[in-house]
Amino acid sequence: MTLARTLLHPAAKPVLFVLGLLPFAWLFYGAATDHLGANPAEYLSRSTGDWTLRFLCLTLAVTPVRVVAALPTLARFRRMLGLFTYFYVFLHFLAWAWFDQGLDPTEMGKDIAKRPFILVGFAAFVLLTPLAATSFNRAVKALGARRWQALHKLVYVIAGLGILHFFWMRAGKNNFAEVFVYAAILAVLLGWRVSEFLRKRRSGGRMPAGATGPRPSR
Amino acid sequence: LQAVRSTVPGAVTMEKVTEYKDASGYNNYYEFGTDKGDPVEHAHTLRTSPWTVEIEGLVKKPAKYALEDLVKLAPQEERIYRLRCVEGWSMVIPWVGYSMARLIEKVEPQGSAKFVEFVSLADPKQMPYVGSRVLDWPYVEGLRLDEAMNPLTLLTFGMYGEVLPNQNGAPVRVVVPWKYGFKSGKSLVKIRFTDQMPKTAWNKAAANEYGFYSNVNPNVDHPRWSQATERRIGEDGLFAKKRKTLMFNGYEPQVGQLYAGMDLKKNF
Repeated sequence: MTLARTLLHPAAKPVLFVLGLLPFAWLFYGAATDHLGANPAEYLSRSTGDWTLRFLCLTLAVTPVRVVAALPTLARFRRMLGLFTYFYVFLHFLAWAWFDQGLDPTEMGKDIAKRPFILVGFAAFVLLTPLAATSFNRAVKALGARRWQALHKLVYVIAGLGILHFFWMRAGKNNFAEVFVYAAILAVLLGWRVSEFLRKRRSGGRMPAGATGPRPSR
Repeated sequence: LQAVRSTVPGAVTMEKVTEYKDASGYNNYYEFGTDKGDPVEHAHTLRTSPWTVEIEGLVKKPAKYALEDLVKLAPQEERIYRLRCVEGWSMVIPWVGYSMARLIEKVEPQGSAKFVEFVSLADPKQMPYVGSRVLDWPYVEGLRLDEAMNPLTLLTFGMYGEVLPNQNGAPVRVVVPWKYGFKSGKSLVKIRFTDQMPKTAWNKAAANEYGFYSNVNPNVDHPRWSQATERRIGEDGLFAKKRKTLMFNGYEPQVGQLYAGMDLKKNF
């Protein structure tokens, strides 16, 4: 079976769904059985943040890989990956709100106002919310493809904020190796889009085969 | 490691001692990696014998102590101290050692000595992350001479009744219980007496975040997080409210007078 056929298999989406839930299942199991080390709260905060960045990279990789590898069927997985990004950022937010701030709204407000890296992370989370909320077919229809697309371009701002959040978090310890890995991946994915955009503009609007640009996944 | 219970005021807290596996498995020791699980995994490459500690600078009797002699310099005491990490977590650890003052009296600081500098080993052959750009190696920490002379400042050789595990700073380290953990240098090779405030590792890396004093202080936040509360490792559950951090980590009666008249917001 070719890769393209595999991606079209009816089980492909359920399999991706289960895969996406595996990190959550592992964290949940680890927390319940005390397998997350000496400081489980910190472990959960850190891992949910890591998984948010990973799913963000995967989501943003769909279009470039689809075009470069000429695998149009990949598009059908983009929405689910995007929603997993939101799922993990929500858990990340929850870990901060619950473990660090004791779910106290006053404390949370103070923390956001006081610490720029929290503000930036919180802003990214808030901005991602309308994207997740408009990921359903009816929302796409209601908004119209053009407005939907414009709204979902926010993801580039969100990616930048996410990296800044991670960078600031690590800044005090000068420990940037991982930050640079994620920044480099996102830079490649965004750079590809910029170069595609410029190429299309140069070719006077005539699109190269297979490169139809970003669009809702259906 | 044989030890008697300490009679120094404040030296033995009655709080529940942190489990050994947490105290020896959750460490910041960047010479062995930046993850808290790295030191326990990598520190076996550290060779703690033979080991010498050099005492130099403004002292009348500079010396080079073999570890065996340093251990025997004064009776070993057990001290049960709270440990507060600058990152917002804490432990309770039974250390074994003797007051740094014992050693300082022995080497007789000159009148001009105002500070003590503690230099940790920095050998890339034994410590895989020395050479990484996280810090300017070797790891240097320091105290004012009167802070170093306070009986609570412990020259430490063991914990939980045993010699120190490598990842906890074997074979000899300092423990200063009223300051954030990073002030307590590990695997010491040099103790230097100076008239200048030492340029310490974290202060050099981020002066706005880590001051020379770095006393535990719930009223002075780290620029990126609050220091008002802390999570006691192994005790405060995931959903438990964090406990309040105490001024000078609860050692105010013993050390408060060292900072009389000082603006602790400025001298953080």
